[in-house]
Amino acid sequence: MEPTNTAQTTLADPELFDRHLSGRENLPAWWLERKKEAWKRFLDLPMPNRKNEEWRFANVNAITLDGFSLPEPDPAAEAEALEQSTDFADHAGRLVFVNDRLAAHDPVGEELAARGVIWMPLEQAVAEHPDLLRRHFMAQPIELGSGKFSALHTALCSAGGFLYVPKGVEIEKPLVAFHWTASDQTAVFPHSLVIADPASKVTLIDCHYSTEGQTRNFITGVNDLYAGEGANLAYLGVQKWSRRSLAFQLNSTQAMRDSTVTSLNLNLGGKLARSENHSQAMGEGCRNEMLSLTVANGNQEFDQRTLQTHLAPNTTSDLLYKNALLDEARTLFSGLIRVAHEAQRTDAYQTNRNLLLNPAAEANSLPGLEILANDVKCSHGATTGQIEPEQIFYLAARGIPREVAHELLVFGFLDEVLEKFGRENLAEELRAHIRGKFGRS
Amino acid sequence: MDTTAIDIEKDSGNFLYPEKHRYDAGLGLTEKTLDYISNVKEEPDWIRDFRKNGLRVFQDKPLPTHWATEDLKAINFDAIRYYLAGDRKASRTWDEVPDDVKQTFERLGIPENERKFLAGVEAQFDSEAAYSNIKDTVAKQGVIFVGSTEGLKEHPEIFRKWFGKVIPTNDNKFSALNSACFSGGSFIYVPPGVKVSHPLQAYFRINAQNFGQFERTLIIADEGSEVTYMEGCTAPKFDTATLHSAVVELVALKGAKIQYITVQNWSSNVFNLVTKRAIAHEEAEVKWIDCNIGSRLTMKYPGVILKGRKARGEVLSIALANDGQHQDTGAKMVHAADETTSNIIAKSISVGKGRSTYRGLVNIPKHLKGCKNNTECDALLINTNSRTDTYPAISVRGDGNSVQHEASVSKVSAEQIFYMQQRGMTEGQAMSLSVNGFVNDLTRYFPMEYSVELKRLIDLEMEGSVG
Repeated sequence: MEPTNTAQTTLADPELFDRHLSGRENLPAWWLERKKEAWKRFLDLPMPNRKNEEWRFANVNAITLDGFSLPEPDPAAEAEALEQSTDFADHAGRLVFVNDRLAAHDPVGEELAARGVIWMPLEQAVAEHPDLLRRHFMAQPIELGSGKFSALHTALCSAGGFLYVPKGVEIEKPLVAFHWTASDQTAVFPHSLVIADPASKVTLIDCHYSTEGQTRNFITGVNDLYAGEGANLAYLGVQKWSRRSLAFQLNSTQAMRDSTVTSLNLNLGGKLARSENHSQAMGEGCRNEMLSLTVANGNQEFDQRTLQTHLAPNTTSDLLYKNALLDEARTLFSGLIRVAHEAQRTDAYQTNRNLLLNPAAEANSLPGLEILANDVKCSHGATTGQIEPEQIFYLAARGIPREVAHELLVFGFLDEVLEKFGRENLAEELRAHIRGKFGRS
Repeated sequence: MDTTAIDIEKDSGNFLYPEKHRYDAGLGLTEKTLDYISNVKEEPDWIRDFRKNGLRVFQDKPLPTHWATEDLKAINFDAIRYYLAGDRKASRTWDEVPDDVKQTFERLGIPENERKFLAGVEAQFDSEAAYSNIKDTVAKQGVIFVGSTEGLKEHPEIFRKWFGKVIPTNDNKFSALNSACFSGGSFIYVPPGVKVSHPLQAYFRINAQNFGQFERTLIIADEGSEVTYMEGCTAPKFDTATLHSAVVELVALKGAKIQYITVQNWSSNVFNLVTKRAIAHEEAEVKWIDCNIGSRLTMKYPGVILKGRKARGEVLSIALANDGQHQDTGAKMVHAADETTSNIIAKSISVGKGRSTYRGLVNIPKHLKGCKNNTECDALLINTNSRTDTYPAISVRGDGNSVQHEASVSKVSAEQIFYMQQRGMTEGQAMSLSVNGFVNDLTRYFPMEYSVELKRLIDLEMEGSVG
């Protein structure tokens, strides 16, 4: 396929939407209708503006819809990506999408299937489980600024993992969804939707990868998690998009009574990667743990927006975002804890730690609170600093070479997040990805 | 604890006297208003132009409601008197001060003997200084302590060099408004090496309905000098909202120290939209101590531009928001030289439906080394319908810079109150003691008379907050 002229392609091209719909006429009418509405909303909404508080400090000038189109089939690239989809091999089920096209589907085992577990590509679920999809697909509020990109995602999304875990079912091994970009100047829209019914337990892993490091891609991913009463839901996102990509990742969580949701996002790729993570404490006694680990180098920019909403009393949320910055990288953490008047006896914590490993790196932190209830324990902390010479000296005095000491301290800084996440078998694979970013394997 | 019955004595500290004004620029703000002010004050042309430029910027800039509260829209700029002045010239001695002004001081609770300790009293009655007295010792030290109008006329060589340089007219809509119609406020110059032994103090007061007060204060501390300035505000209660929009500029030259203390207790119909900023040169220190108890809406973020190596900036802030009040306060620390340090400690208390907001800005750009910032924000929520927000923004680059920000939100524990009640205190007294304890580690940094006054104000505000 010849690359089209970049000066003329744009994601706001109506023909592009028509092209997306063609071949999808057999999908349910409500689904197509939603897409059409979303497409219109996308066209109507303005591009982000720094005057808008949700985009404060953001590099909005680097955000463009131009020069991207939808990917064409590329069997060779699909085969290559499929071959590389080997991470987290000890899984309960796998889906592989390359350029938004389904390349592999490893279903869950017979036993789980018999108990009603659903693990299938999104468009198959649209046809087979319309009630669940109608109720939950893109049903969470967009509060962190990316309304336009959320609408774009709804309009053009086709690839994604749909996971439904019935009441009381516990799945020990994780489900893994791979989303690959494999062609230059293309846009993809990875989606994940997890519905964990009461007292169930499950882990989903999203692997957002590119087959090679220098393709220019536009990615708008959405991941929505629903944890029913007493459910235990864990999510792990590994983001290694190509170095020239513009990526938006919008994650939302709803935690019902006594449920626990833990999410960890490892951010390594992209040129400009913005993530919006919103956790909502909907039922008493629930707990949301939001973790993030970012290693930014070169001229990468990571724009992280978080919101911890507490709508019910006796709920807990705990957020820890750590960023290590090298070279001329830039990170932006903007977090908000919002406690509604009804949500008495909330415990909400928010911590952002930035480690500057080069004087030209820039860390921005906007940790916010909005508290409308008085019987709460809320705190936030943000620190930005360097590795102290005393720490290096201490280790060097014990015979550890300086470079090794430096590395130990950096990994020690990052490892706190992995320790909080627990799940040591998964953490070890994450450590390998982090080492890779630091040029070691 | 049950917190439904909230009944606060609103009239404590209110006072109102009949007005007689010789100069009145009328309602609304136009070029004519500015000409009127300039004519009355017999100002030079450059100030006249400065005012008119301020008006243009003010009219061009939208209200900052994209981040600030929508309550700003309640201000009717056309229903405000921008300039009023009584038939009083600045007085030199206490005997010359008119009796009704003395009566106001009486009600403000400044004891006679305390006045002796005040190095110079610049008391603003409405827009003009009604009383101005610089104690001999301070004048002999070469300190200039006059009203802003006097300053710009009599000391143009110093005044003009710094006026509007720390806070440019177009900094924000309200600094532009002040630039257009400022009157009153102080001009202080402290010569090199002079340590002003007594704090300089000014009391401000609004006493005319619908009358906005727009002081302009400029303080220059020359190399190695030290000065403390205190500003206390009380205002009578009125039926319609009044607007207070001051601009305060501080310049601390090499090695100088400035401490600026404010206790703000405007009545609960006042919009208090103030821009305060300092420039700290090499090894200079600027400390803002800012207490906001009154007003309907206060928006005030004292800042320090740390321009010289090893400069230090500090903001200590206490805010108390009661029913119908929004204290939107904070601090800005702009690091612009190596090894500069800044410290922000902000404590807020929300009572009843009161809302307190902290907004902060800390910026350390990339070419700097060895800068440090520490920020602590603690919020105390008294009632179930109280509200608090925190919105800091921190940007850090450079080498060996470190920044830490911490905020916490808490309430007065029922156990504490119970413990004190067991020992014979009423619930209100116990609450008052707890709140004073919450701010105590900040107020101990304050000059004694201010911490006493603050304690009294908190007691007053906490009356009837529990029931």
